Amino acid sequence: MTLRTSPEIGGMGHSLKRKEDARFIRGQGKYVDDVKLPGMLYLDIVRSPYAHANIKSINTEKALAVPGVLAVITGETLKEYNLHWMPTLMSDTQMVLPVEKVMYVAQEVAAVVATSRYAAADGVEAVEVEYEPLPVVVDPFKALEPDAPVLRTDKEGKTDNRIFHWEAGDKAATERAFAEADVTVKQDIYLPRILVASMETCGCVADFNATTGKLTIWMTSQAPHAHRTVFALVAGHVGLSEEKIQVIAPDLGGGFGGKVPIYPGYVIAIAATVVTGHPIKWIEDRTENLQADSFARDYHMTAEIAAKKDGTMTGLRIKALADHGYTDAATQPSQFPAGMFSICTGSYDFPQAFAEVDGVYTNKPPGGIAYRCSFRVTEAVHALERMVDILADELSMDPAELRLKNFIKPEAFPYRSILGWEYDSGNYEGALKLALETIGYDDLLKEQVEKRARGELMGIGICSFTEVVGAGPSKHFDILGLKMFDGAEIRVHPTGKATARFGTKSQGQGHETTYAQIIAEELGIPAEHILVEEGDTDTAPYGLGTYASRSTPVAGAAAAIASRKIRDKARKIAAHLLDTNEDDLEWEPGKFSVKGSPTLSKTIQEIAFAAYTNFPEGMEPGLEAVSYYDPPNLTFPFGSYICVVDIDKGTGEVKIRRFLAVDDCGNIINPMIVEGQIHGGLTMGLAPALFEELVYDENGTPLNGNFMDYLLPTAMETPKWETAKTTTPSPHHPLGAKGVGESATVGAPPAIVNAVVDALSHLGVRHIDIPMTPDKVWALLREHGVTE
Amino acid sequence: MIPGMFDYFAPSTLEEATRLLEQHGPDAKLLAGGHSLIPLMKLRLAAPRVLVDLNGVAGLAGIEERDGHLRIGAMTRHAQLEASELISDRYPLIADAAAVIADPLVRNRGTIGGSLAHADPAGDLASVMTALRAELVVVGPRRERTIPIDDFLVGLFTTALEPNEVLSEVRVPSPNGGSGGAYVKLERKVGDFATVAIAVQLTVRDGTCDEAGIALTSVGPTNLRARQAEDSLRGGSLDEQSLRAAADLAAQEAQPAADLRGSEEYKRDMVRVLTLRALRRALERATR
Ligand SMILES: Cc1cc2nc3c(=O)[nH]c(=O)nc-3n(C[C@H](O)[C@H](O)[C@H](O)COP(=O)(O)OP(=O)(O)OC[C@H]3O[C@@H](n4cnc5c(N)ncnc54)[C@H](O)[C@@H]3O)c2cc1C
Repeated sequence: MTLRTSPEIGGMGHSLKRKEDARFIRGQGKYVDDVKLPGMLYLDIVRSPYAHANIKSINTEKALAVPGVLAVITGETLKEYNLHWMPTLMSDTQMVLPVEKVMYVAQEVAAVVATSRYAAADGVEAVEVEYEPLPVVVDPFKALEPDAPVLRTDKEGKTDNRIFHWEAGDKAATERAFAEADVTVKQDIYLPRILVASMETCGCVADFNATTGKLTIWMTSQAPHAHRTVFALVAGHVGLSEEKIQVIAPDLGGGFGGKVPIYPGYVIAIAATVVTGHPIKWIEDRTENLQADSFARDYHMTAEIAAKKDGTMTGLRIKALADHGYTDAATQPSQFPAGMFSICTGSYDFPQAFAEVDGVYTNKPPGGIAYRCSFRVTEAVHALERMVDILADELSMDPAELRLKNFIKPEAFPYRSILGWEYDSGNYEGALKLALETIGYDDLLKEQVEKRARGELMGIGICSFTEVVGAGPSKHFDILGLKMFDGAEIRVHPTGKATARFGTKSQGQGHETTYAQIIAEELGIPAEHILVEEGDTDTAPYGLGTYASRSTPVAGAAAAIASRKIRDKARKIAAHLLDTNEDDLEWEPGKFSVKGSPTLSKTIQEIAFAAYTNFPEGMEPGLEAVSYYDPPNLTFPFGSYICVVDIDKGTGEVKIRRFLAVDDCGNIINPMIVEGQIHGGLTMGLAPALFEELVYDENGTPLNGNFMDYLLPTAMETPKWETAKTTTPSPHHPLGAKGVGESATVGAPPAIVNAVVDALSHLGVRHIDIPMTPDKVWALLREHGVTE
Repeated sequence: MIPGMFDYFAPSTLEEATRLLEQHGPDAKLLAGGHSLIPLMKLRLAAPRVLVDLNGVAGLAGIEERDGHLRIGAMTRHAQLEASELISDRYPLIADAAAVIADPLVRNRGTIGGSLAHADPAGDLASVMTALRAELVVVGPRRERTIPIDDFLVGLFTTALEPNEVLSEVRVPSPNGGSGGAYVKLERKVGDFATVAIAVQLTVRDGTCDEAGIALTSVGPTNLRARQAEDSLRGGSLDEQSLRAAADLAAQEAQPAADLRGSEEYKRDMVRVLTLRALRRALERATR
């Protein structure tokens, strides 16, 4: 993309340093836990040690005797206000505090309010709960067996543990494709339960003023407006009214989808401030965050591909089981219960495909798709990209060649997939060819042959993914009915500087910089003089928030369109100032000039001043605009990743020697920030590939709900990422941009698995479930007689 | 992750510290680097009513070589072991291990005394001291005694320390010529406790093995001495075959238990693989 603005203006394509970093690197960010109000009390939560148990009694006497403890809130307390249950964002229901039974280990059971955090913790220890254990369902397959105990006894008439059954595609036609195929391959693939684990845990400070009736709540929220509306809907009957609820999301230490759900803690804190009249602070500790909050994956898939002998893929079939825990509290706004899973045909031109997913209740924490997954795209891409390699192995074909043969061709865009998505733009072979050339694929293949001859284990893995982001068009996307648009409001001040407000909320993405760059691109006001504000429902225009890589595709478009409205008005003012016709004016970023007489011009700053001092008769003063953008379609970023691994024969350790990511996210606003997003995403793709998995025992107790045993890679485990890009703009987005936040998380794991399997493929290994831990790899090596 | 209530004392002498221990009995705990004790307290798995902080006690930290021994004060931090030239020159086994304990944050606070007194079989330094045949100096209110490492490590989180005693110093016999050691650790990620780790110290004279120390981390209720493996090497020549045989014996002597780090079979095989690697490296250093 050629730069249209000077570095001083800093529009699109400039690697501007991030404005927000000045405060972050000085330790001057303001997070929820930094909020301290006079008279503030502290809330701590009693959590269940059982995965499934009746609550026989809760004795609060001893807790109330702990010095500093003021109140203990239980489900019975909330029941008086009919606040003991609340809706999830998937229109399921979730307990705020239980009255009858608990459904997972670490579920909220009661809450203690005290004058200090320490007293609150002592109070929690002193609450006595008597439980009567019930049979526990941990395995989602067993959950569907006819004799499995029905978990959701609260749902009248519910006779099993199925949440939904969902299908996409033509089942019969796909069956025919398989029947007629020369070759078929099939594999069970499990993506384990993994955690968001953002640096900042969740929490809030809730402050209700009984005199004014105003509730202010500082919370770790990726979607402040949506949350305010939900609070108003859920607690309207006890007197909370939307105009008097102010949700403030201050600086957030990461979100990744984990700060989209409404956790019971927030609601209990609100109840506590209303009841006590004091501000209430609730901040999860790390254990609570890991054991109780929303999760991702936990997806059991069986995937199959049908193909011709020459490698032409003719059919795809995937059956999946989604473990959602005790309630469907996924945070995905599509109208499809399995999110965007039907993107599973990926980068390939499949003539037939069929996907079906069953959602299941178990005695585990609720959720389903938090964590940089693009609403099940991670799962879909993992299954597909694994299957393509398995097919390549079956056909003894090079996996790169097989991909190139089956890609949707560049000239086929806009492309309608057999499962109904309209891909906006793409050039898949361009990305893969660049990746092969950059990494030196042919040399690597030669090296592998030599190494194998010496008994060394080296593997090369490819993943050519297609992402789908920018939720979303109102016909397919909503949260509890709220359509998935987003808003931008721009005010240009008399001196030509601007303030812009958004309904999204950055959690580290750098919106204060990138939105300013979009406006700079469109208006020529230097990005440094554009103040971006988000996260306060009292001031920001409505919007559905930041997750699923949607901010640039949706709010970024709103910023561009609001800017263009301002430019239209600026043109009128310029015409007035230059005493000419609007049509005779030419725009270049920052000024209008008279066609053919470039010296006759007015800068945006002069125009802004005139908007307040010298505007044409009949025109409203001021220079402001608002835009709400309902995207016409999603955007489809893509990329090709190549990973090279070496495996220690003795220990089974996998070492990533090289990893190259070629990404295409359309036009780029800030290349440095995009690279940062990709680096972060790759590391978050490395994590589940080699390290992450939340493990439960047969009682539903998490065995590694702490950072000692729930393994996140550090800088030491992270390889040096190599990145490159191609640019295929989105035809329908006003800036041609696509969104990039999750591409790398989606694309990296299959590339790493494909590399590890490739290193072992000559032994007959075809698949490994993630995480590919040393003991798992070791077991495969020994099984095939390889040892040190 | 919030500890219960406790009283806190910060004595400045060893006498004062032992007196406080005597006074408060088993309710009191010494606080060194706090990197084992404080996490346990925050998880409310430990709830000592009294903490006696050793950080202000004079003369408990330091590294020196004197009278045929390396003397390491109990309050010496892992990071000090890692940075000491004396140690990297003459005690490569300690240097190897110090560099792979946890991460720099933990190493800056954690102490050798705390690590040994905590007696976590996943602790690295207890294996190192076992391979080196160290002795520990222990001070009580009325007496001082010296305990060989093998007698000090009693069981899981259990040592020969009385509740009123403070571990004050670790003594390692100084190496003669022809000695070399190595520590090889397999961990799931940096900062993790060992899946398996092996400490080896060899002394070679005229091509035969004069003395061998081999200790295993994370594969038993305590850090284990691989006695049969040691015996198999002593007095013999250190060729590849004898190293392999010793590694096989060490694997047999290990008592691993399955957990999230791997199966019993995996860990046993890792004892073999890592012992072989540690022996090779130690031998290379001993004969350099
Ligand atoms: C994240 C993390 C990772 C870690 N990884 C490793 C690892 O890989 N390898 C490893 O070896 N260790 C590891 N550790 C443990 C670390 O090395 C500890 O610091 C060490 O085990 C204990 O030393 P400390 O000085 O912190 O002792 P403290 O925590 O202060 O005390 C531990 C125990 O020893 C007692 N004690 C302390 N000093 C004395 C003394 N002088 N005399 C008598 N009793 C005493 C205390 O009363 C207490 O019971 C890790 C710790 C953490 C937090």
